[in-house]
Amino acid sequence: MSDGISRADVAHLANLARIDLSDAELDRLTPELTVILESVAQVAAIASADVPPTSHAVPLSNVFREDVVTPGLTPEQALAGAPAVEQQRFAVPRILGEDA
Amino acid sequence: MTATRTELVPFDAALETYDPAMGLEVHVELNTASKMFCGCSTVFGAEPNTQVCPTCLGLPGALPVVNGKAVESAIRIGLALNCSIAPWSRFARKNYFYPDMPKNFQTSQYDEPIAYDGWTEVTVETDEGPRVFRIDIERAHMEEDTGKSLHVGGSTGRIHGADHSLVDYNRAGIPLIEVVTKPILGAGKYAPLVARAYVASLRELVKALDVSDARMEQGSMRCDVNLSLAPSGSDVLGTRSETKNVNSLRSVERAVRYEVERHAGILDAGQKVVQETRHWHEDTGVTTSGREKSDAEDYRYFPEPDLVPVAPSDAWVEELRATLPEPPAERRARLQAEWGYSDLEMRDVVGAGAIDLIEATISAGATPTAARKWWLGDLARRANDTATPIDELGVTPTQVAEVQALVDAKRINDKLARQVFDGLVAGEGTPEEIVAARGLEVVSDDGALAAAVDRAIEANPDVADKIRDGKVAAAGALIGAVMKDMRGQADAGRVRELIIEKLS
Repeated sequence: MSDGISRADVAHLANLARIDLSDAELDRLTPELTVILESVAQVAAIASADVPPTSHAVPLSNVFREDVVTPGLTPEQALAGAPAVEQQRFAVPRILGEDA
Repeated sequence: MTATRTELVPFDAALETYDPAMGLEVHVELNTASKMFCGCSTVFGAEPNTQVCPTCLGLPGALPVVNGKAVESAIRIGLALNCSIAPWSRFARKNYFYPDMPKNFQTSQYDEPIAYDGWTEVTVETDEGPRVFRIDIERAHMEEDTGKSLHVGGSTGRIHGADHSLVDYNRAGIPLIEVVTKPILGAGKYAPLVARAYVASLRELVKALDVSDARMEQGSMRCDVNLSLAPSGSDVLGTRSETKNVNSLRSVERAVRYEVERHAGILDAGQKVVQETRHWHEDTGVTTSGREKSDAEDYRYFPEPDLVPVAPSDAWVEELRATLPEPPAERRARLQAEWGYSDLEMRDVVGAGAIDLIEATISAGATPTAARKWWLGDLARRANDTATPIDELGVTPTQVAEVQALVDAKRINDKLARQVFDGLVAGEGTPEEIVAARGLEVVSDDGALAAAVDRAIEANPDVADKIRDGKVAAAGALIGAVMKDMRGQADAGRVRELIIEKLS
């Protein structure tokens, strides 16, 4: 990680995240991300084994709800924002290159 | 990238050259009332998009909260599989773009599964008799199910050729536990049977825990089969294929067999197995290529910021451990010893799905022999003939015990008992009521029996002579004649006594 990130890495991640980046943006983002990763690496270098990694802003665990059914949305409400609806379902373009 | 199509190598021939290694991933849908992270109902078969809310639709601002019961079920599954339970574990986002998850990620667990490092054992019939195979469990983790896509415009309902897809999110967010084995090595030619036995035992286990319906035909339990071959004796694993959604026990066995034959064909032709996802076709019994498997990194897993860690205390884990039922294999062994059944008899009982029924019948007063005789004889045949699950025939264990009590009291015989079962299946009342209403009680009046015996002797003088000459075995023919005369309503033992008395 401390080795930074290559331009190809950034292009790959952008592709995975479905973000269309221009060459100019890749040129700008690659060094910026490298700086960010170097900063993270500094923190990682200081953290020792007795410091648990932080993943949440609040020191909570075991927040559970009862297994009880609560009212949700009606199909009309649920589908209100859908770009297209057919047979009370969300209609989406077919997906290429993958399978269900 | 797809290799040139190669011939399949017959299974037995493939096993002469290669050792199979398997990995099984089983998804178990939990039977909680509500979803994993929201309060939407989980009932199967509802109208599309009637069990959805902002959380499971991934609408902005919605916050998930973990279903405590689902965590409990996950821990109990882990404990039943002899796993360690993580004292601290997190959820993670598995990022991918596919419309079956409206959030563009699936909430799952990545490097911190709730349960890990377990094992279970399955017994498989081999040429040398039953053999126990140990299956090591890598992990059992919590995640959520995806929505259901309906592909329209294509001819087959599959994605290829479809114009567009219609998505129903009722299933999205239903709690799933994914149980992953470590590579299963050394099963050799028994690999297909071991895979099947493992999935069967897992199904039995989650049912015994009462955490899932485990109905493979409804998709509440689904299996992915990873398989690779290595040259015999090699300790290096070959390249694997991952066959998705193998959804019956028989298909698990067939899919392993097919992949062994396919991999062997590729390797024999000097080609390389492509690491890819494959689809199982139930109708033709083959797998076809899906997509090439992306690297784990491509899912860009990261800890789920909207959910706090799950940190089960030792006390909670021990409390849950105390709720575990007797492991199915131990229970079977205990009951077999108690009932005095042979291995073969016990296997038939298990195969017929009659273990609980027989246990209850014995509790209701029948002997183990009698309970087995009815459930595996007349009742199993009825279940088979009518394609009805044996526990849905309409005959209860208590009734079977009552019928046997009537037989023991010599008020009916086995043949008449079958007519009582006819009545029970038809809902004609209790065994007593059916015996009375159908007039099934055997004739115990010696006068009536003796008259029938006399008629039989008169009608079969040659048989009678044989018996007079000491050939007692010939009595069977006369007993048959008397039973026919009495329309089956006679005590065959008493008839025999009367015949011998009269002819000696």
